[in-house]
Amino acid sequence: MAALTREATEALIAEVLEVYPEKAKKDRAKHLMINDKTLESSKKCITSNRKSLPGVMTMRGCAYAGSKGVVWGPIKDIISISHGPIGCGQYARAGRRNYYVGTTGVDAFCELNFTSDFQEKDIVFGGDKKLAKLIEEIEQLFPLNKGISVQSECPIGLIGDDIEAVSKKAAAAIGKPVVPVRCEGFRGVSQSLGHHIANDSVRDWILSNRDGQAFETTPYDVAILGDYNIGGDAWASRILLEQMGLRVVAQWSGDGTLAEMENTPKVKLNLLHCYRSMNYISRHMEEKYGIPWLEYNFFGPTKIAESLRKIASFFDDKIKEGAERVIAQHKEMMDAVIAKYRPRLEGKKVMLYVGGLRPRHVVGAYEDLGMEVVGTGYEFAHNDDYDRTIKDMGDATLIYDDVTGYEFEEFVKACKPDLIGSGIKEKYVFHKMGVPFRQLHSWDYSGPYHGVDGFAIFARDMDMTLNNPCWSKLTPPWVKKDEVAEKKAA
Amino acid sequence: MANIMIRQNAAGGLVFYLPKRDLEADIQSIEFDTPEKWGGELKLENGGSYYVDPIPKPARLPISVRAKRLGAAED
Repeated sequence: MAALTREATEALIAEVLEVYPEKAKKDRAKHLMINDKTLESSKKCITSNRKSLPGVMTMRGCAYAGSKGVVWGPIKDIISISHGPIGCGQYARAGRRNYYVGTTGVDAFCELNFTSDFQEKDIVFGGDKKLAKLIEEIEQLFPLNKGISVQSECPIGLIGDDIEAVSKKAAAAIGKPVVPVRCEGFRGVSQSLGHHIANDSVRDWILSNRDGQAFETTPYDVAILGDYNIGGDAWASRILLEQMGLRVVAQWSGDGTLAEMENTPKVKLNLLHCYRSMNYISRHMEEKYGIPWLEYNFFGPTKIAESLRKIASFFDDKIKEGAERVIAQHKEMMDAVIAKYRPRLEGKKVMLYVGGLRPRHVVGAYEDLGMEVVGTGYEFAHNDDYDRTIKDMGDATLIYDDVTGYEFEEFVKACKPDLIGSGIKEKYVFHKMGVPFRQLHSWDYSGPYHGVDGFAIFARDMDMTLNNPCWSKLTPPWVKKDEVAEKKAA
Repeated sequence: MANIMIRQNAAGGLVFYLPKRDLEADIQSIEFDTPEKWGGELKLENGGSYYVDPIPKPARLPISVRAKRLGAAED
């Protein structure tokens, strides 16, 4: 049961698009669709991974954000240098809450900002010498680092610095991998290309480092790919896999290490959580090492059970029994969570607008709580993501790609969701409109939300936000005073 | 010419993947599918078609090959 009928949704889209100039209207119309579950492919209905229109508010990031912030940043024992001016690294420093075990500044480096701090002279004369010196200094000050990655910011590509040559020389000098990553922010239309570039650099510089070396394997080795341990997510996922009898060899890349990544080619199965950011390396490992990969979803008990069974189907009866045992073991706790929160959340409507996997993955968790997702969208998805989304979403629900600030606000005004899940850039707009809001990028400084432990926190947080008494006390600045008075009188 | 990857999906069908453009599509038909000759024209479910020089059937999928675009079905 959708919030609006198909016709009403169509009318809404037409109405929202009305304000754009002709050309922009035509372009934006391609990025909005009304879900139809019978469709096999999203191709005819929605266009994605295209350049954002000039003049609209987009929520997208850049290739550097995708590479340094998402893929490389969380690897705890690799120092990622933000090579270029200082701002890119400094304003993104430790913002993603990728938790890790380790002593920051000694053997773990995620929360520190390493930058070459480009000045005018570096732009004019090139920054290669500075980079070489920087790597030398890092090696002296932080000898426990296991490797270094050089994350290019825009100017590096513009002035044509040869970071590959510097990296090669430095790697030979310090005897550790030094990985040049060409993730200049201007590449591509969103952070999505940054993920791809980062995956390719891992493939070229890291993955095959330990080929041919002895490694004690078991038949139950798996790797978690695309889990960035936001608020401890990867730990909540890992514990389930270990309970069912699997051995998690590597975490990519939340709380992950270089050694784990180098040992990944020896696993039996790659478990892929964020399809968008790590499918590239999974595909490569499938071809080169013959490791199958599997997408899974650890949001909410229904999807967890489904995923555990799917994962177990790749292994023998021992693991299959393990999966059933894990599901049974947590059933009571899950039922208790649902019994507690479902009555408080039943029938509430949610609108989502997030990044790579959550617009479709969290739908199951909301449904477990009796809530309904009436609209969803991705910042930087490609059409294969939308193919996967169509099946998870209800009929006649709204799907928006790279939604603009204006469109999102209008959709919210029309659909009147009880809760919005999106990022920090949208948060305060909707707070001021008096709509309950949760950040679904960083879990609003809470988490984990993955796994069974995470579901309890997820349910609590949703209840805490939605049923907070403050929302009715807010008056948006654009609602006139007399209207409020009228409302009160009524 | 573009590098593409051909893999097998869970249902046993072939899937076409073009890394450069992140384009993934099921392969509807493959011109040659015998042990000694494999490849030729690939027809995709999105309406596109590509040509792969025939090779002996690979022992294991996925495989990366060079392909030529025949039909412009992309958006």
